[in-house]
Amino acid sequence: MIETALQDLWYGFSVALEPHNILWCFVGVLVGNMVGVLPGMGPVATISILLPLTFGMKPVAAILMLAGVYYGAQYGGAICSILLNLPCHPPHAVTCLDGYPLTKQGKGGTALGITVIGSFIGASFGITEMIFLAPILVSVALKFGPSEVCSLMLLGLLAGSTLARGSPLKGVAMTVLGLIIGICGADIETGTPRLTFGIMELYDGVEIVALALGVFGIAEFMKSVNQNVTFDTKYSNVKVRDLWPSGADIKKSIGPWIRGTLIGSLCALIPGTGPTIASFVSYATEKKISRNPEKFGTGAIEGVACPEASTHSSVQGDFIPTMSLGIPGDTVMALLLGALMIQGIVPGPQLISQHPDIFWGLIASFWIGNIMLVVLNVPMIGLWVKMLAVPYKYLYPSALFFVCIGVYGANNDMFQVGLTLVIGVFGYILLLLGFHPAPILLGFVLGPRFEENFRRAMLISRGDIWVFVDIRNHPISTLFVGLSALLIIVQVVLWLRRMKWGPRVQAVPATPSEAEV
Amino acid sequence: MRYLLHLKRDYYAGALMILIGLIAAHDGTNYQIGSLQHMGPGYFPIALGAILVFLGFLIAVTAGTSDTSEARSLPHAEWRGWLCIIAGPAAFILLGRYGGMLPATFACVFIASLGDRQTTFKGALILSTSVTVFGVILFHYLLKIAMPVLTWGGV
Repeated sequence: MIETALQDLWYGFSVALEPHNILWCFVGVLVGNMVGVLPGMGPVATISILLPLTFGMKPVAAILMLAGVYYGAQYGGAICSILLNLPCHPPHAVTCLDGYPLTKQGKGGTALGITVIGSFIGASFGITEMIFLAPILVSVALKFGPSEVCSLMLLGLLAGSTLARGSPLKGVAMTVLGLIIGICGADIETGTPRLTFGIMELYDGVEIVALALGVFGIAEFMKSVNQNVTFDTKYSNVKVRDLWPSGADIKKSIGPWIRGTLIGSLCALIPGTGPTIASFVSYATEKKISRNPEKFGTGAIEGVACPEASTHSSVQGDFIPTMSLGIPGDTVMALLLGALMIQGIVPGPQLISQHPDIFWGLIASFWIGNIMLVVLNVPMIGLWVKMLAVPYKYLYPSALFFVCIGVYGANNDMFQVGLTLVIGVFGYILLLLGFHPAPILLGFVLGPRFEENFRRAMLISRGDIWVFVDIRNHPISTLFVGLSALLIIVQVVLWLRRMKWGPRVQAVPATPSEAEV
Repeated sequence: MRYLLHLKRDYYAGALMILIGLIAAHDGTNYQIGSLQHMGPGYFPIALGAILVFLGFLIAVTAGTSDTSEARSLPHAEWRGWLCIIAGPAAFILLGRYGGMLPATFACVFIASLGDRQTTFKGALILSTSVTVFGVILFHYLLKIAMPVLTWGGV
């Protein structure tokens, strides 16, 4: 098995090292690192903005670049957290707790150095996990019939919406809303236009670009405008030679790196638990097993090393269910799947065998990209620090233009720009009402496939809805439905317990989650 | 007070979901519904609409009990910012159709940047000019997006 994996990986490198692929990979990680540093721009908004630009590109290059933005942003996000105490990107929120005190003590450079090394270790492990696990998952998933696919999607959707931030109930509502938006347009079997309200332009359905840029672009700008975050950059003067950590710091970090990496790679496998949860869990674990937990929060290097390693291993591991099963775990993955679908590539277990260049090229590019990021982050740290000071008032108007031209350029259609605007305003209303709109995109991407498979499953079973829990003929499907039921039961139990104790101010350290989608 | 606000917000949230669910379900009734074995185009919208109505109902019933930590994030009304952010793309649509990429880009960035209270007139002017120059070069000359740089009266 190892031999074939190495052979495939070798092939992947030959794809990823083609000059134009390596160029796009570089563009991706560079842009990602940049927006990761910029307070107020996240990877989701950036990938949405870049999405229309990839329509004219080859699928491999497109996916390499968009993926590069995602993991590149994680490197940048750490800089933002450690030097400015700004949790702009949820996975790095927990890094602030110890990263910023370190910065105040003048050890910000060391913290960044530890982060870069830890990130690389975490990412490498996540990639290795993907190389070996994805083909195994695929060999199982290829045997799935429509009912299995359906219940797997159900599990993915439920996990994605209940385990994410905010109220689980509202999360599920957002997923259903996404499914509804997803089926808008012509029906796959009969061609009947549905939910179009007589608007001809909606016959082809809502464009993913319009939805993503409305919800994660315009709505986000409306939320962030004039919410001036004051931050001071007086500690953020870091030089290249500060980055190299001392031997003692490295020795202290080895344990946290390994533990963080393992926790991150486990979290990646559970649908719905992305890097954010991984970093929180690993920080809590590290604090619990530490001999002097009172040091955490005052500048413990372990408190930086562990969450960062786990974030990165989880970020890479996130790609496993997406690329092997076609089930995205979070918003970014949903966007990447959308990008593939626009290129005419059907996501699912057949992807690796039909498009080995995409899958193995992507994996190889992860490594190339991560090395590029280490190289980018060490000598250019001064530049990134300067970027921290770019004010939001210049950022959002420019980004708004990119949104408009991007949506227009996707189809040369002004109607889509208007639709984006409407969706944006609607998305902001949702934000005001306490919804976290991220699951909309999950539902939207999976919606049409869910319906198709559901219909097919019903056709095969002659309208017997119990086929999904038929343990004798469909044990795998039963397992997925069982897990979904378990998810719901856990949420109800949690809710009942909260009811019993009454609504109280949460004792959990305030999840600094408001800053991003 | 905060708690009450949160309660009210959840009522509205539930009501909105019920409304959307009803719209979807109502739209679904216009098409053939079919049976579970042979689902027509109307089956899914009605089913999803019904689920959304149910969820909206649950959200309203359980109002205020979900996650209280969310209540603190109620923002102040920010009409200036909101209006400018809506007006920017609106200007882009209008001018893009009747004036070309150059005026559309300029107006979009200029109007949007006025939404920030700290932006000066001069700052907005400089920002929108530079974005326009950069944008036209990138999108018109390099990426060749089909929109004239400057026209009069429509494409």
